[in-house]
Amino acid sequence: MNVAVAKATPPLDARSLHLRRLVVKALEGGGRGHIGSSLSPLEIVRVLFDDIMRYRPKEPNWPDRDRFILSKGHGCLALYVMLADKGFFPEAELATFCKRDSILGGHPEHGKVPGVEASTGALGHGLPIAVGMALAARMQHKDHRVFCVMGDGETNEGSVWEAALCAGKHKLSNLVAIVDYNKVQSYGPTKVVLDMEPFLDKWRAFNFAAIDVDGHDVGELRRLFKNLPLDPAKPAAIICHTVKGKGLPFAEGKAEWHHKSKVTERDVMAMYDALGGR
Amino acid sequence: MRQTAIQMVHELAKRDSRVVFLGSDLGPGILEAMRLEFPERYFMEGVSEANFVGMSAGLAMEGFIPYLNTIAPFFTRRAFEQIAVDLCLHHLPVRMLSSGGGLVYAPLGPTHLAIEDMAAMRALPNMTVVAVCDAPEMRRLMEQSLTWPDPMYIRLAKGGDPVVSDPARGFTIGKGILVREPGTVLFVSTGVMLGQVIQAADLLAESNTRCGILHMHTIKPLDTDLLSEVAAEVSLVVTVEEGIRAGGLGSAVLEALSEGTNMPRVLRIGLPDEFPHEYGSQDTMFDTYGLKGPQIAKSVSSELASNSRSIKLTA
Repeated sequence: MNVAVAKATPPLDARSLHLRRLVVKALEGGGRGHIGSSLSPLEIVRVLFDDIMRYRPKEPNWPDRDRFILSKGHGCLALYVMLADKGFFPEAELATFCKRDSILGGHPEHGKVPGVEASTGALGHGLPIAVGMALAARMQHKDHRVFCVMGDGETNEGSVWEAALCAGKHKLSNLVAIVDYNKVQSYGPTKVVLDMEPFLDKWRAFNFAAIDVDGHDVGELRRLFKNLPLDPAKPAAIICHTVKGKGLPFAEGKAEWHHKSKVTERDVMAMYDALGGR
Repeated sequence: MRQTAIQMVHELAKRDSRVVFLGSDLGPGILEAMRLEFPERYFMEGVSEANFVGMSAGLAMEGFIPYLNTIAPFFTRRAFEQIAVDLCLHHLPVRMLSSGGGLVYAPLGPTHLAIEDMAAMRALPNMTVVAVCDAPEMRRLMEQSLTWPDPMYIRLAKGGDPVVSDPARGFTIGKGILVREPGTVLFVSTGVMLGQVIQAADLLAESNTRCGILHMHTIKPLDTDLLSEVAAEVSLVVTVEEGIRAGGLGSAVLEALSEGTNMPRVLRIGLPDEFPHEYGSQDTMFDTYGLKGPQIAKSVSSELASNSRSIKLTA
């Protein structure tokens, strides 16, 4: 772990709290959802969309856009609130989450949600697709980049490492693999279920330039992403140390809050209270 | 047939800059001419089918038309989820050239046999499943593959298969080819089974049983219009496929005919619900499972004899 992540995480600022309230709005509408898994990557997604990536909300297929794939599709609320915030679709749509005719399902679908590059949900699919996209960009002499956010549990999948080998072989410096390392997967701690440590060493062994960062420190994330590529001849792996359920003290670090098939009114009230109100 | 398919990728690549080739650790020297001419569109990746299919999806999302080649079950068994989610759900024009369709790899054992591939691929929404009968027909298929909108599973046969197709009958993806007008019996076959079925029909003709032949190179989407039309007047439909009977061509034909008003009797000839337990060659396995022309003819004769009370013989 580097020095940057050893210090205390700064408190969530007004924008992070606002985005979390939007997540709760969707959870309230849908009555269910992956809560902890959507809150841990929120600052990663925020910084990419606020400060790093180029895109046009009203022209989601703009050819020169940076590509963003949320490979951990179950964390879709983090992406949905960001896309709504940026105007890819109306914010009111969030309240339809998981409803029969909604465009916003429990996992994101390309073709339904403007701004969603690939339908994800089955784990271990995003990075291979991102590799293909990054190769395509190189072949087409385009300078856009491909960002792929994965869960830590997701990296248990062999396909992630097949793709990592391939990305390293092709020296895809336009590819950025980001891991939301909240250290809790569905059943429990990643250390118990399947320990991926030494995580940075693994990525480096697969020919990535790898670094870790506090995944809730907006300033640090911004500084790091602005310095990409980490190595002009290698893909980058950014291991983001995060907290599952970040922002909800009663949910933080708890596997029980990975997914709730029923979110009660009481849960909603408690979440808003923790975030300083509606 | 495999050589034709692979060589055609190079030809298509010359015509269309969107065409890329991806192999999964294939034999040395494959498509060397394309590698030399278009190195940026030639990828020889490792033994990693999940990534290989997923990255092809990424390439297709960006406008390329990937042609992939590896051994059939390594597509259909190993990378099934990638095929379903990355290719079919996203409706991408990726073409899987699947070596060793059916029993081609008989000497290599059941890990290498593609017995349920057509059933598995046929179950996937948006997928197109094709098994042509010989090299010239493969050429016609590959020509059309360039503009076909869906992901395609293209089953390759052994190579050196007897040429039984006729360019005069034409070829269109998704359209069956009526090789012989129906009589009492209508054979419906796919892939290289056409050659065996022609033999069977010739043998049956000697005993005055006139048999039509419908070559269904495209199993999905099935040409149900033509099938219904030509099956309407026959007493017995016989499906013949180099794959397990559950879920394959025979199942597709049964499903289609069951929706009609006058369903003929259907005899499905194919592999049983088991992993083949012997080696040998594709030809010896045809013999084991009754897929050779004379065996097919005998099965049909027995069927006609055992059902003579219920089947009106008009030949």
